Amino acid sequence: MKKMTTALTAGVLSLAPLAALAQDSNDPIVIPIHNWSSQIVMSNVVGQILEENGNAVEYVTTDSQAVYESVRLGDVTLELEVWEGAFGASFREALDKGGIVDVGDHNAVTREDWWYPMWTKDACPGLPSWEALNDCAALFATAETGDKGRYLDGPVDWLKHGQERVEALGMDFVVVNAGSAAALWAEIGAAEADKRPIVVFNWTPNFAEAVWPGEFVEFPAWVDGCDTDPSVGPNPDALFDCGNPANGYLKKAAWEGMEEKWPSAYAVLEQVSFTNPQIAEMARLVDVDELEPDEAAEVWLEANPDVWQGWVN
Amino acid sequence: MSVETTSLPAPKAALSNSQLALCFVAAAVVMTVVQYLGGLPEWLHRLPEALVPNFAGWLDAIFNFVKDDLGLLVVTRTLTEGLEWLLDASGNIFFGKRRWPNIGPIPWTAMAAVAAVVGYYLGGWRLALLGGGTMVWTALIGQWEIAMQTMSVLAIAAPLAFVIGLSLGIAAWKYAWVDNVIKPVLSVLQTLPFFTYLLPAVIFFKVGPTAGAVATTIYAIPPMILMTTLGLKKVSPEVVEAGKMSGCSRFQMLRHVYLPSARTEILVGVNQVIMLCLAMVVLTAFIGMPGLGAKLLAMMGSFKLGRSFEIGVTIVLLAVMLDRMSKAWVVKQPVHFERGTPFWKRHQMLLLGIAAFVGLTLISLVAPIFAEIGRGQDFSQGKELDNLIKAFLNIEWVKATTGFLRAFLNVQVLIPFRNFMLSIPTPAFILLVAAFALALAGRKQAIYAVIFFSLVALSGWWDRAIITLYSVISAVTLAALIGLPVGIIAARSEKWSTRVLLICDTAQTFPSFVYLIPAIMLFGITDIAVIFSILIFAMVPLTRYTIEGLRTVPEEMTEAADMAGATRMQKLWSVQLPLALPTMAVGFNQAIMFAFFMVIIAAFIGTQDLGQELQRTLAGTDLGKNFVLGICVSLMALTFDLTIMKWASDKKAVLGL
Repeated sequence: MKKMTTALTAGVLSLAPLAALAQDSNDPIVIPIHNWSSQIVMSNVVGQILEENGNAVEYVTTDSQAVYESVRLGDVTLELEVWEGAFGASFREALDKGGIVDVGDHNAVTREDWWYPMWTKDACPGLPSWEALNDCAALFATAETGDKGRYLDGPVDWLKHGQERVEALGMDFVVVNAGSAAALWAEIGAAEADKRPIVVFNWTPNFAEAVWPGEFVEFPAWVDGCDTDPSVGPNPDALFDCGNPANGYLKKAAWEGMEEKWPSAYAVLEQVSFTNPQIAEMARLVDVDELEPDEAAEVWLEANPDVWQGWVN
Repeated sequence: MSVETTSLPAPKAALSNSQLALCFVAAAVVMTVVQYLGGLPEWLHRLPEALVPNFAGWLDAIFNFVKDDLGLLVVTRTLTEGLEWLLDASGNIFFGKRRWPNIGPIPWTAMAAVAAVVGYYLGGWRLALLGGGTMVWTALIGQWEIAMQTMSVLAIAAPLAFVIGLSLGIAAWKYAWVDNVIKPVLSVLQTLPFFTYLLPAVIFFKVGPTAGAVATTIYAIPPMILMTTLGLKKVSPEVVEAGKMSGCSRFQMLRHVYLPSARTEILVGVNQVIMLCLAMVVLTAFIGMPGLGAKLLAMMGSFKLGRSFEIGVTIVLLAVMLDRMSKAWVVKQPVHFERGTPFWKRHQMLLLGIAAFVGLTLISLVAPIFAEIGRGQDFSQGKELDNLIKAFLNIEWVKATTGFLRAFLNVQVLIPFRNFMLSIPTPAFILLVAAFALALAGRKQAIYAVIFFSLVALSGWWDRAIITLYSVISAVTLAALIGLPVGIIAARSEKWSTRVLLICDTAQTFPSFVYLIPAIMLFGITDIAVIFSILIFAMVPLTRYTIEGLRTVPEEMTEAADMAGATRMQKLWSVQLPLALPTMAVGFNQAIMFAFFMVIIAAFIGTQDLGQELQRTLAGTDLGKNFVLGICVSLMALTFDLTIMKWASDKKAVLGL
């Protein structure tokens, strides 16, 4: 705590000359919170950094897709986790409509693809190659899918194209869409009990890595145009015949008016950048150590002063 | 014309309703058979895409016009600021949001003491224990702040719903045209899926607690209107006469004569408002309502069964506490004191409450544990509960049962049934529904059924609507197979009736999201998990109304049966059940309504029905599509509602109940 006060004083002192030039508004900066842990803790971390910076901060729970419309309208001020795969489309759409700005990337990569928990490998040793997975298809069969394997895809509105990939690569799998992330975890949790092989849609960074160690299935590597040009990828007649990009971006976004209204807070936001291990650590504090998000943020800030103190100065 | 209608049966109507219904069914069967033989043209099987009107586009255009050109958005956004100010103030008082009046948060001990005193005042020691106990549980389990976030919004939304509902209720009672306008709107509102309230709330009232409060308020208004009108209509003419004789003005009549006489119904309305507000706690979390619901969703998102279960328990306790207290308030008649009773004696409960509040607030200033339970001081058993639930799901016979259900019920029964329903040509399906309405209720209901289902077909979401209907029908059928026998057995004794009714109350207020995850773990992402989660919810009204119906059978009737020497079974089948049937039909109707409600939530498991599409619209700004989908659900639900309610009231009239 003492360190933080020192940092605060240092920060305020060094900002004093600047403050005369650009004064942040006293209105609270509204930070949106979604329903996964790393995002919640990261929002609290950045919120507390901004409070150190002298801003008023408020949190609001929102839907992770609808949030871009809210940022555009200025109802919420910023968004800290824009995933390329999951929210790229909504983000780009909002960019086109105007009102939202791209505030740069985190030093982290995101990946989303077919994934299996480690115990699956015992039953199907050829993994992670997708051909090996296809040879073991029968292992993944359920009462409903007959002798084909079942692949559990994310909710339909995540637009993951699991069905298209199964067809393009001629796999013996039936694609079933879960209705929510919670439904995916429930299926993995149920499979964990008797170590049943299971292959589901998953992503990183994610709390699940800490709870169920696992790997992504290696599909033919992503090539630009795989989703738009049939001739790209192994199957010359089909789209979506490769895996998802293994290094998607993780961006920050903000309301267009933020830079003008809270210039110094905006300057902080521009510098904010977390790495994959840092994000995983934030999620772990909540998911494994069972801290409340605001407490987890305090703990993380106390443990990692070198990471963030430079941003405030 | 008048001659014909009075001389029943009308000579011109060659076919009775049931014969006509049979004809409809026969036509539908023929059409389906032809379809199976491959002889039916495609345009008769499903409405061609090209003929589907662009309802969503038109609605979007209208919404945009009203929103931007007519300036509705500006109006609502101004209202939002007022509402936000109220919510900020209550937020400060309940959980210490840094806003005016900057006095909160109230220490949990003080809140618990006040709840206990209020409980004691309304219903003696038991309610005192319930009130204080709920608060203590919430604090000790470490959910105080989030529970207070929820309460801070409900403290604004519930009174708002009360005031609006009461005013509209009075207006509807006073002016016939208001009543005529409100009635159909109310029936649609009551069957509209809640996702349809959420999106407009976000667009017009800003994501966050304001939208949450607005959606909650709208959801809770209808019963308040209905109960107010009902109460006012029942005021006896003698009372009105007395008021007129003492020279009351119109306002005085309302304030001092009508409203006090309708007190009981109005308070029942208040009870309903509170219960519906609590039902929205989790759902509004999707549009930024903070508190218990948001926490529950976050917990589910990270697979924390135990913690979500604990939050569910808190919500049930809060609901039961508020329910019992408001019901006690309904029963409690105003106390009258003799002239000259000293002030402290008349208000001793109030004074006790204030004393406890002030005392504990002062103590909490020196002893922080009385103000707030801090990090690591709570008694949450999240992890242990996790393991307990997982261990249960992993017991061998549990797995064997679910495995069997999955292989038999799902693969052999449900999936073929679904495919069969999907294979019925659209016109044939509409005929079947019309036949159902005709046989049970009458021609008017049959015409409504045809119009409503044709609109669903025109919306272009027919297949998804049928899958929705399939889940509802399967779940309600299974619920009836389980719920009716339970109700019949429980109705035999007073003791078991109260016990089962308590379980019903709990099942109804327990947030349905909490059992979605166990349902998936048991049955996987399949139709069975979907139907199982609807089943729990749909069974409640079936059981409850069966018990109520059987227990209110007039005693003369059962005694007569006993004297005639009927066996227990004979008495049940020939006397009690026929007499209880109309009441049970109301329960059946509610079961269908609940099922339509739950089937939308079940989209979180994974379905291909209207709910899934509705859930998808939440993420965007597709107001038009959202509305079309909502209306589809509402039209189907209304068809059943109209038909079954008409049947029940006809039967009641025949039985002279």
